[in-house]
Amino acid sequence: MSSTLLRTPLHDRHVALGAKLGGFAGWDMPLEYTTVREEHISVRTRCGVFDVSHMGQITVAGDGARASLRELLTNDIDALEPGEGHYTLVCREDGGTIDDLIVYALLDHYLIVCNASNVGPVHDWVAGRAPDGVTVTDASERYAMLALQGPSWEDVIRPLVAGDEIFELPYFGIAQMAVAGVPSLVARTGYTGEPGVEIMCPSHRAPDVWDALMSGPDAPAPAGLAARDTLRMEMGYPLYGQELSLERTPIEAGLRWACHLDGGFVGADVMRRQVQAGLPERLCIFTLDEPGIPRTGCPVMVADQVVGRVTSGTLSPTLGIGIGMAYVRADLAAPATALHIDIRGKLKAATTRKRPLVDTSPRKASRDG
Amino acid sequence: MADETYPDDLHYHPEHDWVRVEGDEAVFGITWYAQDALGEVVYYDPPDVGAAIVKDASYGELESVKAVSDIIAPASGEVVAVNDGVRATPESVNSDPYGVGWLIRVRLTDPSELDSLMDVATYRSYLSGL
Repeated sequence: MSSTLLRTPLHDRHVALGAKLGGFAGWDMPLEYTTVREEHISVRTRCGVFDVSHMGQITVAGDGARASLRELLTNDIDALEPGEGHYTLVCREDGGTIDDLIVYALLDHYLIVCNASNVGPVHDWVAGRAPDGVTVTDASERYAMLALQGPSWEDVIRPLVAGDEIFELPYFGIAQMAVAGVPSLVARTGYTGEPGVEIMCPSHRAPDVWDALMSGPDAPAPAGLAARDTLRMEMGYPLYGQELSLERTPIEAGLRWACHLDGGFVGADVMRRQVQAGLPERLCIFTLDEPGIPRTGCPVMVADQVVGRVTSGTLSPTLGIGIGMAYVRADLAAPATALHIDIRGKLKAATTRKRPLVDTSPRKASRDG
Repeated sequence: MADETYPDDLHYHPEHDWVRVEGDEAVFGITWYAQDALGEVVYYDPPDVGAAIVKDASYGELESVKAVSDIIAPASGEVVAVNDGVRATPESVNSDPYGVGWLIRVRLTDPSELDSLMDVATYRSYLSGL
């Protein structure tokens, strides 16, 4: 079974650490090394490192690259100067979401980092609409990617980099630099809500970066995709295939802030109409008021009526209660709305909340562990 | 987590549940294999005391962060006690699945049902075939 799955260049390291591996988007990925809760708490309180080499890298180069991305991506590409990136989406004409991604402006080209499951669709969509002179390349195989996340990330990486450039990167900024002697692209991004960086390096050098990170006195906790999922849920970040799909527009998913609706990108007409006419359903985030764990597909109820469906749910390791996200009737999505979640036939009281559920805004790093 | 063990004095169900017979009552739980497959248990939804449970049917749920697992009754009976300790600290199912991590105590309605369960040697060879 696993022989048909792709392996990242760090596969041997994960096996040596005794990770529980599992198939994800065609890759044999580490799901957990110890327990989800332990890894999650390590990232929230200290620092964790994730192998996210399964994610896709697509480069867009040439004279018309900016114009092409202006038309295909929802966020305002003209807002990016070289060395900057932002969260954006790529949608069909009907507004259905093909993927959510980060696009970076580099000196002479753009770099898209997209979900592993959508490398093909994103590449084909962008390449198929690129005018002559614009070159769209799937560079995913060239790059491994490590996400270093958590309040003490600076202590972890300081011995591996020269100077302070990495610490001066703005949020979503990107720069080329050596990490443990390996030429890398380093971006101030991540998917956990914690400060940190994502390091893209040549695939064959990834073990050098990993080993250097793991050998220091402040070695981060290796963290798997299961913890990455619970971390993003606490922040209310959507995940493609759960909250985002061809059936949903970014507006329904609460991502209007990432859509330059004054622009003319593909799908903008539908989204403008949705904003004007109002939405039938919106994504909300909620906490359970009583014990239980909501799961994908659980009906959301108000007074015996099904008013929506849970798209993601878990037990929040930070809060110790059930949390989830759900598409619900738009008038019920506002924070502090009382709902019930039907968890396999048992109705559990829930309350919608503001994102994020966990406050990770800058705080004094705790040095005493 | 505990080391992999399968005590000699238990009866085993193919869905990885165990039975310890104590007179005309029995204690149920899940095996080391089951807790390892589930991962760290974070929630236990037990049946009510007094509930009738039926062999091979679900009598409750255990959940890890990632997954829900039905708990299958290895024998039929009436629930006489529920382990509230596991409700308070579900991870005790991982740390001591045959001890403090027991799940329910049952008055068996048909002790002859136990004859269809596996002894430890049979269960171990069953596991090696999975």
